Amino acid sequence: MAVIVRIPTQLRELSGGAAEISAEGATVVDVLRALEVAHPGFAERLFDDSGELRRFVNVFVADEDIRFLEGVNTPVAPGATVSIVPAVAGG
Amino acid sequence: MAHVHGLRCRECGREYDVAPIFTCEWCFGPLEVAYDYDAIRAAVSREKIAAGPLSIWRYADLLPSDRNPAVDLGAGFTPLVRAERLAAELGLGEVWIKNDTVNPTNSFKDRVTSVALSKALEFGFKVAACASTGNLANSVAAHAAHAGMRSFVFIPANLEQGKIVTTAVYGGNVIAIDGNYDAVNRLCAELADTYPWAFVNVNVRTFYAEGSKTLAFETAEQLGWEAPDHVVVPIASGSLLTKIRKGFDELYKVGLLDREPEIRVSGAQAEGCSPVARAWLDGADTIKPVKPDTIAKSLAIGNPADGYFALDAVRQTGGGLAAVTDDEIVDAMKLLARTEGIFAETAGGVTIATLKRLAAEGIVRPDERVVAYVTGHGLKTLDAVEPTVGPTAVIPPTLDAFHDAFPPETIQE
Repeated sequence: MAVIVRIPTQLRELSGGAAEISAEGATVVDVLRALEVAHPGFAERLFDDSGELRRFVNVFVADEDIRFLEGVNTPVAPGATVSIVPAVAGG
Repeated sequence: MAHVHGLRCRECGREYDVAPIFTCEWCFGPLEVAYDYDAIRAAVSREKIAAGPLSIWRYADLLPSDRNPAVDLGAGFTPLVRAERLAAELGLGEVWIKNDTVNPTNSFKDRVTSVALSKALEFGFKVAACASTGNLANSVAAHAAHAGMRSFVFIPANLEQGKIVTTAVYGGNVIAIDGNYDAVNRLCAELADTYPWAFVNVNVRTFYAEGSKTLAFETAEQLGWEAPDHVVVPIASGSLLTKIRKGFDELYKVGLLDREPEIRVSGAQAEGCSPVARAWLDGADTIKPVKPDTIAKSLAIGNPADGYFALDAVRQTGGGLAAVTDDEIVDAMKLLARTEGIFAETAGGVTIATLKRLAAEGIVRPDERVVAYVTGHGLKTLDAVEPTVGPTAVIPPTLDAFHDAFPPETIQE
């Protein structure tokens, strides 16, 4: 069940420069943990010491913020796009 | 001149060189300008500021740009108006309105834009861009025109018509997006990754946000170099509130205030977009984003970038937050206009309605010197009040008709 993960500039050093990588997983947390397996270093950047997603990391599934869905337990359909977006700016 | 020694992550403290970057590479937290306060203390004085220009640039020692000349349409040094009639209506004592409706493009955004585009030119950018709920769009389009920069301004398509016209008139590119501000913002984050443009509130945001401190600097100077006891500030991204507090703290740090300010900071949100107020009212540690639905479109940010810092500021200082309804917003716009002669946009209505609420709840007290920040002009959001105000009478041009409408015995001297 491969999904596409969009990698922001700040994390591309971990993906070998790739802006998109393929990963396996049925939920957001599965997909993000799979990134760590394929490209070590992702987990400590995305999750804090207690294992929670860092509060300035935004994750979107098919363009919807996962905080409007089921958080890191949001299901991810095969072929869907998961976007990791750094701290929103704006305002 | 600027006394900046670098950038620092607000979340984890990692330090970076000065560059057009806005997030920490490690934890994604927002970056903030780090100053050399000893150098500023040595450079500034009340006299030097008093001799400076009547704009935000009188505080250049406390701003992060060395661009000379700055991109300056004259933002700042707006009136601080004693609001006795409003205070009486609300049962308060000493209330002041910081009237930022009279900036060059009629909102406080001219302060941040002036700093952002000055810094953008220093960095060598040739194109100015932004994601905007309207006021920033006006300001970036105008300042870019003044600086001879090209501009790309991104707005939600459902914005008030007035704000679209008052952006497009400056001749830059205005792109209306089929989506809300948070969607516009996200697109701009991706565009900022792709094009070498100065997105004032994305890749230049670290510097841009510093411009809001000038609201605190001016307030203190206009109060005779004293701080107020309580400030009421509207919250969209939360940056303005956070930076106003920081501004007062900096004045003390560099010796411009004699006493350490003990300011209670309160925040104002519209009920239809109140993620920060909701967290405060619920006693929650996390801010849950919302999908905005309010007439206060300039505050309609459902995923506030500095929401956590604004919430911390309110909690640490013993302030309060309110989420006011659209009806309260319109009533407050009319209240401010009727009592003080100041016509604010819907965001100003949010601030005054919050002041009213917090006064009724005893959070803003009659023994406090209070400053409420009114950040945008009412002409920008005429639609909000248009259904509820109009001519008192429509009559033919005759004395008799006037007397019919206003019997002489009913008219006082």
